[in-house]
Amino acid sequence: MVAAPLGVLALQGDVREHVAVLAGLDVEVVAVRTADQLRSVRGLVIPGGESTTIARLLETSGMRTPLAERLRDGLPVLGTCAGLILLSRSVVDGRDDQWSFATIDVDVRRNGFGRQIASFETVVRVEGVGEVPGVFIRAPKIESWSERVTVLATHDHGTGPTPVLVRQGAAWGCSFHPELTDSSAIHELFLASL
Amino acid sequence: MLRGGVIMDVVNPEQAKVAEDAGAVAVMALERVPSDIRRDGGVARMSDPQMIQEIQATVTIPVMAKARIGHFAEAQILQALDVDYIDESEVLTPADEDNHIDKWGFTVPFVCGATNLGEALRRIGEGACLIRSKGEAGTGNVVEAVRHLRTINAQMRRLTSADEAEIYRLAKDLQAPLPLVLEVAATGSLPVPMFCAGGISTPADASLVMQLGAQAVFVGSGIFKSEDPDRMARAIVEATTHYQDPSVVAKVSTGLGAAMRGAELASLEQRLAERGW
Repeated sequence: MVAAPLGVLALQGDVREHVAVLAGLDVEVVAVRTADQLRSVRGLVIPGGESTTIARLLETSGMRTPLAERLRDGLPVLGTCAGLILLSRSVVDGRDDQWSFATIDVDVRRNGFGRQIASFETVVRVEGVGEVPGVFIRAPKIESWSERVTVLATHDHGTGPTPVLVRQGAAWGCSFHPELTDSSAIHELFLASL
Repeated sequence: MLRGGVIMDVVNPEQAKVAEDAGAVAVMALERVPSDIRRDGGVARMSDPQMIQEIQATVTIPVMAKARIGHFAEAQILQALDVDYIDESEVLTPADEDNHIDKWGFTVPFVCGATNLGEALRRIGEGACLIRSKGEAGTGNVVEAVRHLRTINAQMRRLTSADEAEIYRLAKDLQAPLPLVLEVAATGSLPVPMFCAGGISTPADASLVMQLGAQAVFVGSGIFKSEDPDRMARAIVEATTHYQDPSVVAKVSTGLGAAMRGAELASLEQRLAERGW
């Protein structure tokens, strides 16, 4: 039997970088732009990009409802940066009409670490993995979370440790951009959980 | 993260809101869209900081602003205003006819225009983080954008097939820094993302330039000079995402109303793309 492919949501953002990392790990990957393609995947990466743009394109491409259903049924998912925002339970200080899938019990603040000019690179210590490079670009900040969320890495940006890598069941959320570095540790962690 | 997205020119907070609602990945805050700059003439400068701040307060997506070529003091002001990107733009009246801004002296990322590979690599050498093909802004005519994209792609392909001895000569012809020329020869692509700007005014235009290798699209006058800006904005966003699927581009192109009127290149008194050195 041939295993179903892994999907990368390909509406906007760092699609090709995520596809390259996964392909480098010998995973069959499909760029997901339609509800049909969404049906065929065994797991999904939601890339960094603009969350308002990706949310709007999920609606216009008819994927919002099918994706919500698949997430409710436990589809393995890794959301990075904007992807984390889309998986969050609520968006603090976002647009009034900003919606999210509420897959992970975290409340995130968009651009919580500052605007573009405040972007930074650091080293993040991930439980059970070790040190991985963390590229934070207008990154969302997890401000609160429920006890159902496992915090796998934190970063202290001067205001105390904040979770930057979290897991709740089959859903993983990451504030930074693991696809922009040479390390595939975060992707491997996600793949190992499938 | 702008890739695969549309960056829209806006002149006030209301337009910025329309752009964000339509799914823009960023807005470019400027006083007049390029077609009005063409019509009105005069010196075109950096926008009023108050207008930029009002737009920053209105939208949650990144806000870009333009500085004149070589006008590092305007760029310093824009950086102090916390804009997310600075476009050192030929659409504004140049302040220095020999030198571009030394962009390494800034922490804010710069986007710069280019008509060919040499120009792109010179800008990257000066510290630009993003390159956009220039096109001819404010014309609603995509012909120059296509020319510039095709030129850059062809010149990159030529480098990848050159032998080691030819590279030096090609670097000289391109008037580009040798280390960057060697990098393009090895990878076949620019060391930074390449976007497209200048004359894009329909969903089909967006699909065209994406298929020619642009990684994102700037739309200036094309949206707010069209008959139904809100709809045009949404349609161009969808066409940029689904550029490989003609049935989607056809659907969003249907019943859009008139695109901006546009201009033949031969009728122009001034070619903005010629600014930059």
